[in-house]
Amino acid sequence: MTTARLSRRQALAGAIALPALAACGRQDAAGTLRFWAMGNEAAHVPALLPAFERASGAAVRIQALPWTAAHEKLLTGFAGDSLPDVSQIGNSWLAELAAIGAIEPLPEAQAALVTDQFPAVLDTNRIGGQVYGVPWYVDTRLQFYRTDVLAHAGYDAPPETWDAWKTMLHAVKRQAGAGDFAVLLPINEFEQLLTFALQQPEPLLRDNGARGNFRSAGFKTALAFYKSLFDEKLAPLASATQISNVWNEFAKGFFSVYLSGPWTVGDMKSRLPADFQKNWATASMPGPSGPGASAPGGSSLVVFKGARDPAAAWGLVRYLSEPGVQARFNALSGDLPARPSAWLSAGLRKDRLMAPFGEQLERAKAVPKVPEWERIVSEMQVVAERCVRGQFTVDQAAAEIDTRADRLLEKRRWMLEQGRAL
Amino acid sequence: MTRTRAPWPFVSPALLAIGLFFVVPAIASLFLSFTDFDIYALADLNNLRFVGFDNYTRLTGNPLFWRAMGNTLWFVMLGVPLVVALSLAAALLVNARTLHWKPLWRVALFAPYVTTLVATAVVWRYLLHTRYGLVNYALGWFGIEPIDWLGSPTASLPAILIFVAWKTFGYNMIIFMAALQTVPHELHEAARIDGAGPWARFRHVTLPAIAPVVLLVSILSVAGFFQLFAEPYVMTQGGPAQSTVTVLYFMYEEGFKWWNLGSGAAVAFILFVMIFAVTLAQLAVAKRAERA
Repeated sequence: MTTARLSRRQALAGAIALPALAACGRQDAAGTLRFWAMGNEAAHVPALLPAFERASGAAVRIQALPWTAAHEKLLTGFAGDSLPDVSQIGNSWLAELAAIGAIEPLPEAQAALVTDQFPAVLDTNRIGGQVYGVPWYVDTRLQFYRTDVLAHAGYDAPPETWDAWKTMLHAVKRQAGAGDFAVLLPINEFEQLLTFALQQPEPLLRDNGARGNFRSAGFKTALAFYKSLFDEKLAPLASATQISNVWNEFAKGFFSVYLSGPWTVGDMKSRLPADFQKNWATASMPGPSGPGASAPGGSSLVVFKGARDPAAAWGLVRYLSEPGVQARFNALSGDLPARPSAWLSAGLRKDRLMAPFGEQLERAKAVPKVPEWERIVSEMQVVAERCVRGQFTVDQAAAEIDTRADRLLEKRRWMLEQGRAL
Repeated sequence: MTRTRAPWPFVSPALLAIGLFFVVPAIASLFLSFTDFDIYALADLNNLRFVGFDNYTRLTGNPLFWRAMGNTLWFVMLGVPLVVALSLAAALLVNARTLHWKPLWRVALFAPYVTTLVATAVVWRYLLHTRYGLVNYALGWFGIEPIDWLGSPTASLPAILIFVAWKTFGYNMIIFMAALQTVPHELHEAARIDGAGPWARFRHVTLPAIAPVVLLVSILSVAGFFQLFAEPYVMTQGGPAQSTVTVLYFMYEEGFKWWNLGSGAAVAFILFVMIFAVTLAQLAVAKRAERA
């Protein structure tokens, strides 16, 4: 419901006309592009559209979805044949929507859209050799650290290798007060372990994404490193819900290193006092031997198979991908632009806090692109938590994650045998 | 038209509606629970396979399913007595002869039931706020430390329970009010003449007279609490630490978040069997009590 106030009678008429509701989106005048956007992006993108509407003559109707309901909405939209023309899609949902055949692969004519992109982010959008989505904004996780605490411990910036990084964490821990730690790795979040695991040479799934590969030496090394941070009391054994206010705890020194994404920059700026701002900075992730990888995140723009006017729909995607428009969008929303050239024009390369994100994105590595991935990675963390708590050894945990992943991938194996999976 | 056939034209529209919108979907979901309907099948029905009882056996090995089951049982065990007691107390209050402004009381107590769930949930989120909430403010008068109602895994279930009780007692209150008005006034007078106090009159006159209604309300409440979904969905999204994931919430996630409709249908069917069993048990207990 937009601005219209529904009277009771209108609402009742709507309820009676329920079967017709599915077709609601089609009642727009011809030439109207239906565009679904989520959360923060939906709030800021309308400011960019008048210029597009003037230039193309097409009207754009934006529907804002809350992130918490967006995934369900996309799938029910597909089931009910009521998807819009263009939509923003979280990167991790692309494989799923491509697998069910909801989205249109990038046509030849739009090939220019895949130039001037971060390679790993583009790779996330490439499934079975075809590009399905055009990166819109990007994010990735890296470390936020307390400059003052690190300086006290004798460090200007966090070291770039695992071993040296851990030595630094020990030095920080020695400086810390009783009951304080060096780094926060919420035990219920999979992103931290996933980052360490991505830095290994072995892929996380094998056989074309049909089986887990968590038994590989690389994953075991990553899990052992992750576990050691808890065993050596460098990280508290706590879940995110137990830490009600991470910014305050960061400022109080409960931990001095925190792994998170660009949204935390805004939170730190707005939630912590002005005189504290000089005490923190960002740095890219350490790796096993030199700067390490991280998972690329963010959203892409896709055109759905049922789009009424695909050419106009791709026109909107093209417009929103222009470096100039992306730089403006960054100023409006704070989202990091997908195109490296927009980073230059937006001045992000010179921004002390944002530049490390750019470096980290150059080293990002796509996660496996199978529809089951989100479930597999949640299971990975469930087992990893039990491993950290001492219920599994690293070898047992790796085998257990493989068992669970293989069970989740059973249908995909069958689909591959039938030759029907991407 | 004979006498036995005459009712059919009258009840057939209702039966048709029940058959079309209740029986057919119920049978369809039972059927669905023996398949592996998922996103692949959503794209193409050729990708649907029959898996027998696999969905059921997999559920028994899923810790989150048991967690949801446990949470739901807590909601039922704590919530049903709470709602029955609260609504009966409210009904007795508005039925009291000494109460003035009765229509006003009735409206005030019934209002929560007819207000929109999401709107009231938003208000309750403020009321339950750790730092600014009225609930913690009131508890402060008794020297109780602020409780993180929606953020702590132990307080979230009681918080949802308070909200649900407040939201639903009005409906049961109306049922109790109707029943209370059928209790003959002469019985109360006779008991009073025999020297019975208010508690004795409630225990020995009112309660036996409305016993069947108490049973009805408790059956409705059991079914309602087993199907608790919207409140945790709006207030806590099943969190913190999955402490408010109910069976129906689990089913919703299984079906519409992970899109495993086969597995979701299996959860629905288990829930149906459970509610049915509990209701039968309640009826059996009531029958025995009647005979005794």
